[in-house]
Amino acid sequence: MTSNILEMRGITKTFPGVKALQDVSIEVKRGHVHAICGENGAGKSTLMKVLSGVYPAGTYEGQIVFEGEEMEFKSINDSEAAGIVIIHQELALSPYLSIAENIFLGNEQQSGGWIDWNKTNLEAGKLLARVGLRDNPITKIMDIGVGKQQLVEIAKALSKEVKLLILDEPTAALNDDDSAHLLDLIKHLQEQGITSIIISHKLNEIKAIADDVTIIRDGKAIETLDMVADEITEDRIIKGMVGRDLEHRYPDHTPHIGDELLRVEDWSVYHPLDRERQVVKDANIMVRAGEIVGIAGLMGAGRTELAMSIFGHSYGHNITGRVYKRGEEIKTNTVAAAIDNGIAYATEDRKRYGLNLIEDIKRNISGASLQKLTKGGWVDGNEEYVVAEGYRKSMNIKAPSVAAITGKLSGGNQQKVVLSKWMYANPDVLILDEPTRGIDVGAKYEIYGIINKLADEGKGIIVISSELPELLGICDRIYALSEGRITADVPREQATAEYLMQHMTQERERDHT
Amino acid sequence: MSDLTTARTSDASRGTEGGVPPTPNQRGGAIGTALKYLTGQLRQIGLFIALIVIVIFFEVATDGITLKPINVSNLVIQNSYILILAIGMVMVIIAGHIDLSVGSVVAFVGAMSGVMITQWNLPWWVAIILCLALGVLVGMFQGFWIAYFGIPAFIVTLAGMLIFRGLTQIALQNKQISPFPDEFRALGSGFLPDLGGGTSFLEPLTMILGLVAAVLLVFQGVRQRVAKRKYDLEDEPVVWFLLKLAFTVVLVLLIAYLLAGYRGTPIVLVVLGVLAVVYSAVMARTVWGRHIYAIGGNLNAAALSGVKTKRVTFLLFINMGVLSALAGLVFTAQLNLANPKAGDGFELDAIAAVFVGGAAITGGIGTVTGAIIGGLIIGILNNGMSIMGVGTEYQQLIKGLVLLAAVAFDVYNKRRSGGK
Repeated sequence: MTSNILEMRGITKTFPGVKALQDVSIEVKRGHVHAICGENGAGKSTLMKVLSGVYPAGTYEGQIVFEGEEMEFKSINDSEAAGIVIIHQELALSPYLSIAENIFLGNEQQSGGWIDWNKTNLEAGKLLARVGLRDNPITKIMDIGVGKQQLVEIAKALSKEVKLLILDEPTAALNDDDSAHLLDLIKHLQEQGITSIIISHKLNEIKAIADDVTIIRDGKAIETLDMVADEITEDRIIKGMVGRDLEHRYPDHTPHIGDELLRVEDWSVYHPLDRERQVVKDANIMVRAGEIVGIAGLMGAGRTELAMSIFGHSYGHNITGRVYKRGEEIKTNTVAAAIDNGIAYATEDRKRYGLNLIEDIKRNISGASLQKLTKGGWVDGNEEYVVAEGYRKSMNIKAPSVAAITGKLSGGNQQKVVLSKWMYANPDVLILDEPTRGIDVGAKYEIYGIINKLADEGKGIIVISSELPELLGICDRIYALSEGRITADVPREQATAEYLMQHMTQERERDHT
Repeated sequence: MSDLTTARTSDASRGTEGGVPPTPNQRGGAIGTALKYLTGQLRQIGLFIALIVIVIFFEVATDGITLKPINVSNLVIQNSYILILAIGMVMVIIAGHIDLSVGSVVAFVGAMSGVMITQWNLPWWVAIILCLALGVLVGMFQGFWIAYFGIPAFIVTLAGMLIFRGLTQIALQNKQISPFPDEFRALGSGFLPDLGGGTSFLEPLTMILGLVAAVLLVFQGVRQRVAKRKYDLEDEPVVWFLLKLAFTVVLVLLIAYLLAGYRGTPIVLVVLGVLAVVYSAVMARTVWGRHIYAIGGNLNAAALSGVKTKRVTFLLFINMGVLSALAGLVFTAQLNLANPKAGDGFELDAIAAVFVGGAAITGGIGTVTGAIIGGLIIGILNNGMSIMGVGTEYQQLIKGLVLLAAVAFDVYNKRRSGGK
């Protein structure tokens, strides 16, 4: 037997119009903890989906060799039967079932067609002991915290006699103690001979537990580093992750920056369900007229939570802090109040939170400012049509008419409808959350142009993005956000991807040094 | 998964670009354009055609009884309360909710009107005002739990169905109340005064009202077209516009003619007409109406657009309460009886009318006119089958099949057009 438990050779995966993975090869050594690093969208999750059979054999090119044999997984069931178990970022547990029921879901402990509950709970108890969870197996999932749920997922994986455990961002939703416990557990499983692949943004964690790290960038495996032998530093990993130059993907723009428009002070937000968890911690941000300000943060850093809590307290619990508009304190407790105060927020998830997909373009554009179209209590449908038609032309929304249903538009055109809606509301400050997510390069360039135009009109723009090149390409100033705290505030001239990545992955301890 | 969806969506968008609707400037063959336009309006027209086909079918099958003046008058009167409920119900359903309590509220308000008039000796008009106010209270009660407390409407109104049925029986002490004063009964079964003194072949006031309605329809149609012209917007082919206008005018005059041949205009038809016009306008052209569509289409997106979703929902149930109360008054007045069993199953009739009328169970889609036509289709089925002597067991069966077919047609249409 070779010392490699897994070899993926020359994996190429294409989606319509995009090459998500290009000739990626990685080798995972038996008994190692192998980390995979890369920016959001680099292709890490796609690679893991290829490995686990989510994308069945035949839909990609390349070979998977597991335990010395070439594998062709047709589904997750196939890969699990071989001993590969993936634990996704969003946990796949049923909240109303017990821990034991979840562990054996789809693999019920039965005898003669009847579920043997004693055996179920007994076996579950043994598995829980292995992951260091002391809760009663009959406890319902909804009654335990996210950290413990993560452990239940691992116990479930152990019940399937796992040989290779894949963890996708396992600590993204965990607090520090739970994270530490989880990392210990991975080490402990390693001693029992279980190989792990861990996808993580948190470089200090990778430093702490990984034996090797493979860096993926733009769908290619850039390099694999031996963490132990070569004493790899976090800075070395960052360099690999962001090492690309900014080409002409961003329109030129000379900013005309005026007075302060919006300032948010000491902003703190707690998680709406897990009420102990602080999602945003004493954040201070500010934007001036004509300024484009970026917020850089990794997934789970609290970017969207920060924006949505400012925009009418539409996220979070126990929100504290102050918002000032042109130096005067304002209330933004409801969305309507935020809009009245000239704040707009274009969501990162336009399908769920941005658009009425069964409605046409014009009614979506007028959706946040119907009052403007109302005379004597009646909405003027003709005026609405003319307004929407104006945006269709100026924003270059590709649709036959503004009576077209938004659900049928492409992602880029949907995003333009969302932007039109907020432009028509005519806010002073526009918060754009991942404005180019899931849209093609050409439409991205157009959207950058629109953002520049809005800034030139004297609006303050806040852009939230997980793509550092994008922020470096369009912003005048950039904040870094890590675990709910603002860790950097740098002008564009001084910002580098390495500097931002360092602050985005910064842990609390480092802050005090 | 998500990649598949995007791929399909972009295909669909390309598809729509291929089938660009006619622009006003390219009017090659007027009839061809009209046909193209019609296919785009299939659902609305289909519903209307279905109504007409059903009427003609029963007219033939009942040897002309269906369109006899007395039967047309009865049709209007006997379906009025369901149509009133359907107007409120379609709004509730567009918002993505449901109201199962309306039948019980009809009974409760009817009972209270009886108690007020016969036991408290209140004048009939005071009783009517108090009963409508009672509808507001009922709506506030249910609306509070739904909008502000966050309990699904299905549960709250299921509870309401039991609560108001119970209150009805308490109010009536399990007895019936009858009779009611004539002025009150007029609301349900009265007619506008006969200007011809009961001697003329056609009742003149009804014909005058019919003519006025026809003139208003033409005036409104032309006015809207002129307004659209001004914005250079109208895409409706002129042939179709004239046809539609001529058709509605003929229809209105025909109904007036038929009603005038019996006792004239039922008072409840005037009430219904006003409600239909007002609520159609409210849903299409007021901020509140638009917000109802918005929260039904995507609640999260509406909330993040500044729509006060809770208040919109609260008002929606108050509105439903008032319309239920009105339906209760009309029903009680018509039967001249307050009865503990009244209104049983009305909620299902109203909901069926709404879905036959093209509303979507997921919310965001539906119209007041659709619900009224849906209600009329069911009403005419009931009426025609009764005349033909079809047993109630078969009536139920056929109504069930019609509801299923109507919704299946919608689902099929949506899938064919590449839906979501």
